[in-house]
Amino acid sequence: MHVTMTVNGSEVERDIEPRVLLVHFLREDLGLTGTHWGCDTSNCGTCVVQLDGEPVKSCTVLAAMADGHTVKTVEGLEQGGQLDPIQQGFMEEHGLQCGFCTPGMMLTARALLDRSPNPSEGEIREAISGQICRCTGYATIVRAVQWAAEHEGADAAGGGPTNGQLETEGAHA
Amino acid sequence: MTIIDEPKTGEKVDAADLGYEHGRGHAHNHAAGDTDRPVGFGRLQRKEDPRFVRGQGNYTDDVVLPGMLHGAILRSPVAHARIVSIDVSEALARPGVRAVLTGKDLEPLKLAWIPTLSYDVQAVLATDKVRFQGQEVAFVIADDRYAARDALESIDVEYDILPPLVDARHALDADAPLIRDDLEGRTDNHIQDWECGDKAATDAVFAKAEVVVTQEVVYPRVHPAPMETCGAVADFNPVSGDLTLYETSQAPHAHRTVIAMVSGIPEHKIHLISPDIGGGFGNKVGIYPGYVLAIVGSIVTGHPVKWMEDRSENLMSTSFARDYIMQGEIAATRDGKLLGLRADVLADHGAFNGVAQPTKFPAGFFNLFPGSYTWEAVHGKVTSVYTNKAPGGVAYACSFRVTEAVYFVERMIDRLAIELDMDPAELRLKNFIPASAFPYDNKAGFEYDSGEYEKTMRHAMKLIGYDELRREQQEKRTRGELMGIGISFFTEGVGAGPRKHMDILGLGMADGAELRIHPTGKAVVRISVQTQGQAHETTFAQIVAEEIGIPPEDIEVVHGDTDRTPFGLGTYGSRSTPVSGAAVALVTRKVRDKARLIAAAMLETRPEDLEWEKGRWFVKGDPSAGKTIQEIALAAHGTMQLPDGVDGNLDAEVTYDPPNLTYPYGAYFCVTDIDKDTGKVTVRRFLAVDDCGTRINPMVIEGQVHGGLTDGIGMALMEIIEFDSDGNNLGGSFMDYLIPTAMEVPDWETGFTVTPSPHHPIGAKGIGESATVGSPAAIVNSVIDALRPLGVTAMDMPCTPARVWDAMQGHAKAPI
Repeated sequence: MHVTMTVNGSEVERDIEPRVLLVHFLREDLGLTGTHWGCDTSNCGTCVVQLDGEPVKSCTVLAAMADGHTVKTVEGLEQGGQLDPIQQGFMEEHGLQCGFCTPGMMLTARALLDRSPNPSEGEIREAISGQICRCTGYATIVRAVQWAAEHEGADAAGGGPTNGQLETEGAHA
Repeated sequence: MTIIDEPKTGEKVDAADLGYEHGRGHAHNHAAGDTDRPVGFGRLQRKEDPRFVRGQGNYTDDVVLPGMLHGAILRSPVAHARIVSIDVSEALARPGVRAVLTGKDLEPLKLAWIPTLSYDVQAVLATDKVRFQGQEVAFVIADDRYAARDALESIDVEYDILPPLVDARHALDADAPLIRDDLEGRTDNHIQDWECGDKAATDAVFAKAEVVVTQEVVYPRVHPAPMETCGAVADFNPVSGDLTLYETSQAPHAHRTVIAMVSGIPEHKIHLISPDIGGGFGNKVGIYPGYVLAIVGSIVTGHPVKWMEDRSENLMSTSFARDYIMQGEIAATRDGKLLGLRADVLADHGAFNGVAQPTKFPAGFFNLFPGSYTWEAVHGKVTSVYTNKAPGGVAYACSFRVTEAVYFVERMIDRLAIELDMDPAELRLKNFIPASAFPYDNKAGFEYDSGEYEKTMRHAMKLIGYDELRREQQEKRTRGELMGIGISFFTEGVGAGPRKHMDILGLGMADGAELRIHPTGKAVVRISVQTQGQAHETTFAQIVAEEIGIPPEDIEVVHGDTDRTPFGLGTYGSRSTPVSGAAVALVTRKVRDKARLIAAAMLETRPEDLEWEKGRWFVKGDPSAGKTIQEIALAAHGTMQLPDGVDGNLDAEVTYDPPNLTYPYGAYFCVTDIDKDTGKVTVRRFLAVDDCGTRINPMVIEGQVHGGLTDGIGMALMEIIEFDSDGNNLGGSFMDYLIPTAMEVPDWETGFTVTPSPHHPIGAKGIGESATVGSPAAIVNSVIDALRPLGVTAMDMPCTPARVWDAMQGHAKAPI
């Protein structure tokens, strides 16, 4: 079947099998491999993308269901060479290690901040509770989302040390 | 909150080296106006992050090659059955299917069976019978992954069902089903016996003890479940004979060697690449049938072949962890002096003995079961058996069975504290190995390098407010509320290991490092270990930076590509910092020494007249006369007449053979609340105070600890792979195999002390697995502590609401 959708601001058209999952359409037809696939029972959320601004598990959406809709993936977070504050926050607060859950986590966090600019820790934890991370133990992800909330609208790179700068614990107040 | 300076390399550390990190208080206060480019140890944002936050990582399933085909594995639906026949004709006729392989196709290639890391063999595709549910039976290669999966449905296998052996406790019964009838002369399911310590001396100690407590401690089967499953892309070039293999491998060099041995492809023709890995946690150490099938598939079809397993396949067929049934006995005096410890372990290894561990250590480093305490005598014994389950055992941040050893001794200590009606913190303090006793022979074969246990314990008790918590608990108990405080004080053993007695399949456990300083003063360091998220690209650059003064952003860390890196054994057992980190420090010092000779020539003085400051050699007494490492690098590649014995360029290589393991340790405290109406356990607070010696990057260490603590909550409260009596795997998907989300974990509290390893070049010990090793005992001890008013003295993991409820009713069950 023929599908047309807007992915990260660009219109794409493809002929696909009706049964193709959105996660595989994004990864294999469009080459957008930032979206990952971590389970087969809709539990892990490594495949989360935004569909019309709502976070969805793209392993549980047929590509055909996205026909005529708008999809945003991790590749669409950076705008004009400027990282989204949520991307910057994950780097500032060490909210990622292996990086496999990171794209899905960031898309969920982006949607959370869009509807709730100053979420509490509890709201953040609940928002990402449909997603599993094996590396971080979540606390630094919570801090990353808080960092992004505090730096929304500001020059994201200006709020903390840029990558490559080092500080010792002794430098802390 | 106290946060203090990090000690410098080699500096003697004393009372000031205590720290605490919680919430966001550690954050980013830069010294304003600091224009120097920083080098060395400290919090440094990761060099890996910019690609990962943009979705630009390159994981195995992201690899796409021209003409690439997709493989899928047909798996056994039953645990134990003879294969009567396999009919693949219908599958082969399906559109898009290129080939279907069965065990019969692999037999002439001598690839139906491959050696395991424990000198057993395992089936790649079952030829005679299947021995666990989920075992590999056939391999379909098709144009895309959907077509490959479709074709699996069309393969017709006829099984003759055999009785399965599920319960390891019955593996050695006379009438137990014989699982490994493929092994010549084998008549039972016994794999191996192993012992450590001194049995006679331990018997004597128990004979005179005032108090003896006996307790069974079960560490159930769990699974590392990395978010990215296992997979490979094999690309065999029939003209050149080269095999390029992308693989989810924690040990790319060892994999290359093993693949050369089993496939017959010469090792110099195998180019193995571990790209970005979405977590390993020990799951990606061994060779899985899927990797071999992708290689054979590429050879057979003449195309690259990708194989990526799904989550259920990962949970059902790749390396499980733990599954130790431990009978413990502890002997002590009435006033709490520890005398003797016995461990008698039954180890369930599944259908093939595929345990990934040093050859001479068939129970891994269970030698650490005496823990952090002085004993008059100890004795440990482990018997391993086959069952109709997936192979594995060593995985999931276990440091080669140290999880089991630590969980065992920390449960036993608490069990004794209950018997003596003594505070468990006090009992530990009374029996710690004193700081003055290091290096310390633990009486089970290991020599601990350094430790200041009492100091670290008291630091942790202060941070958590131990006495106040006990008061709160007393008050709650008078109101009938169930609150528990659990302690785990553990000694890890990481950094395998000295090649004189540690090898994997005969490969000594040393690691290489190569450092090259380019003419413009930028550097590349090539390492043999392989990050799966532990930030080696950042922290190894920091080691080079600390040793030679080049900023970390000017240092590229290369890993994971066997054509571009020196040989070494890979990343597991928290061995990267102890072994490869040492290699990197030493190779950098070698380059620094070479730079000194060149600098002396440049300054027209003698090398012994030069002094080093970070990044620069200068003339003693005349700091203005000096050459930076960047200037020296340019000269080393230039036209200058180099001193005698110095060849051109600025580079070096080393192979590091560690003299001993490193022995990090920690004091962990857990506070739980239990809902007395449902048995639900909530971890309210968790404090982890770790001591891993010199800290290279505190931010990365904190993240490693947080992740490991979450493993601990998972194992202690929800994770288990159980089997029914037919051998059906009951934990084979994320619907049943539960992993903590952000809702089940607290906001972690961490702290540290610094007791460097005396034998390590920068005093650093491993840390990655400490939290997974140390935390489960703290959580379970806190659950038991909460249930004490109900008369509970023991229960096994996982402490699910149902199992806690059973314990509350007085009938705690052992997990199967």
